Amino acid sequence: MKVLVPVKRVIDYNVKVRVKADRTGVDLANVKMSMNPFDEIAVEEAVRMKEAGAADEAVAVSLGPQQSQETLRTALAMGADRAIHVVHDGELEPLAVAKMLAGVVGEEAPDLVILGKQAIDDDANQTGQMLSGLLGWSQGTFVSKVDASDGAVRVVREVDGGLETVALRMPAVLTVDLRLNEPRYASLPNIMKARKKEIARKTPADLGVDTTPRLNTLRVEEPPKRQGGLKVGSVAELVDKLHNDAGVI
Amino acid sequence: MPLDRATLDRFLETVDSFVAERLIPAEAEVDATDRIPDGLVEEMKRLGLFGLTVPEDYGGLGLAPPEEMEVAWAVSHAAPAFRSAFGTNVTIGSQGIAIDGTEEQKRRYLPKMASGEIVASFALTEPGAGSDAASLTTRADRDGNGYVLNGVKRFITNAPVAGVFTVMARTNREERGARGISAFIVEAGAPGVRLGGPENKMGQKGAPICDVIFEDCRVPGDALIGGVEGRGFKTAMKALDRGRLHLAATCCGLADRLIRESVDFALGREQFGRPVAEFQLVQAMLADSRTEHDVAWALVRDAARRAGEGEPIARLGAEAKYYASEMVGRVADRAVQIHGGSGYIDDYAVARLYRDVRIYRLYEGTSQIQQLVIARDMLKEAGGSPP
Ligand SMILES: Cc1cc2nc3c(=O)[nH]c(=O)nc-3n(C[C@H](O)[C@H](O)[C@H](O)COP(=O)(O)OP(=O)(O)OC[C@H]3O[C@@H](n4cnc5c(N)ncnc54)[C@H](O)[C@@H]3O)c2cc1C
Repeated sequence: MKVLVPVKRVIDYNVKVRVKADRTGVDLANVKMSMNPFDEIAVEEAVRMKEAGAADEAVAVSLGPQQSQETLRTALAMGADRAIHVVHDGELEPLAVAKMLAGVVGEEAPDLVILGKQAIDDDANQTGQMLSGLLGWSQGTFVSKVDASDGAVRVVREVDGGLETVALRMPAVLTVDLRLNEPRYASLPNIMKARKKEIARKTPADLGVDTTPRLNTLRVEEPPKRQGGLKVGSVAELVDKLHNDAGVI
Repeated sequence: MPLDRATLDRFLETVDSFVAERLIPAEAEVDATDRIPDGLVEEMKRLGLFGLTVPEDYGGLGLAPPEEMEVAWAVSHAAPAFRSAFGTNVTIGSQGIAIDGTEEQKRRYLPKMASGEIVASFALTEPGAGSDAASLTTRADRDGNGYVLNGVKRFITNAPVAGVFTVMARTNREERGARGISAFIVEAGAPGVRLGGPENKMGQKGAPICDVIFEDCRVPGDALIGGVEGRGFKTAMKALDRGRLHLAATCCGLADRLIRESVDFALGREQFGRPVAEFQLVQAMLADSRTEHDVAWALVRDAARRAGEGEPIARLGAEAKYYASEMVGRVADRAVQIHGGSGYIDDYAVARLYRDVRIYRLYEGTSQIQQLVIARDMLKEAGGSPP
């Protein structure tokens, strides 16, 4: 079985994001970038499937600028066998990403595509679903458990109010949730070995995809500053404040 | 093989994440229980930290000194007990064998040290021989093909968990000084090796030390490092040379952590209606700490680069260890000061780190011994004849 894992280079989750002065976007200058944390979980799952003998190849793919290679090297150091880099500078929207991934799927013919449920930069939560739509494949979203064997995959999904277990026919697209696994740290020996693994380069044109954005960002703003709270002495005072000051009850 | 910058950066980022997500959250527990959880030690092994300096041919990563120091700096943003867990394998515990061992000795021990399967300790100090290490009295008497060891080693880092000791012992009783000393590899399970009780230390809880006692401990002839008698003191000094720079880098990493803790605290703590960071007397402390850290780190990096190019760095290494260890003491003291009363409470990292960093001015040569090394070299250079 072959697993394809798309990974995205995003602002590191520890960075305090700042909006640019002209409000056209967030400031990316000299900001630490890392692999999207949900994608790390996807890579970890693919590598575990390899280690358990359920998969024989894990291929990482990233779409983005030259520096996305660093993200791919991390995936290789975690245990992916090889990588594909679709080089693209500038904004990419989920639909363009899904179309390019569909193109890569056409060339690689994986049995499973495992993605993060969303990327922590724009939190769109669309790419996996769009990809499965474009491919006409089964999809399992918000997955917290995967059990793949013999042409079928059983997954547990985190849905509102509980857990849902579904069986999917392969090939399938999975988007993974936080609780699926705890990703490993790439060890130094494996980081050194990953230097020698192959990263193939492609362009959106190779995949026949027009990446022109379809959305126009008008303005990006900081969330409103949190107001200081206040302590109340009694339930009666609380109800009074909610009613008279906040006007919510 | 020297690493390209991107690969080294990727590893340093991994270390940074590991420190922030796994080690720092465990600091208080390690301090309270005087023990690093086994699982965390396993994680450090998997990361490759035990094998940083062991040559690639023997299963390690063979980092050059500049790379090793950057990793030491990064790891040392966590409480130093964690670094100590693999520190002896990276420096004094393994380097005697790596530098002066026979091919057979290297093949036998280095791969297991690199993986962390065995922990290596370095046993030089004795109850009667500290700074004057060449006066040591542990004996290794020839007996048939092997040797019989008798004596006591004191304050040996990682001895309670060690699989192998590098032991300096006197093979020539006629020769009272350094030339009568040889270095041996002694396995912890050898008959006649006994451990003393645990010491209750001022800081670095979780980094165990104890006495190692040899009572008619018989070792085979091939336990003699390098196969030649009388070279053990030199071997010990070579291992310590490399170790000094590593300790200096450790002091710098800790100083950087203490400074960051201080800045965060000073920005968050308000008195007289504003953050204490706005008071210039507090700013002066921050500026002094930052400047002194940068000076020390520049010295360490320069020495590491020279060491990597094969220059002898005995004096620079002593300067780096001397300055960095004194520097981190001052930085820790200011960090406590900036925290006010909270800095005296163990819930705050700076209170624990203040105790932790005190050791760096003492072991692997006290500050006074480093001063002697530096001054002697200066006088020698000037053609004088130092005592
Ligand atoms: C936590 C810890 C871990 C250790 N780990 C190890 C280990 O793994 N392996 C190991 O072999 N040892 C280890 N040691 C021992 C350590 O290296 C020695 O304690 C250190 O070298 C100092 O020796 P000493 O304690 O005998 O002090 P002393 O040598 O008795 O020194 C006492 C004082 O006299 C000063 N002094 C001594 N001689 C001179 C001189 N000629 N000129 C000026 N001043 C002088 C010293 O600087 C010091 O201030 C460890 C010690 C500790 C506390």
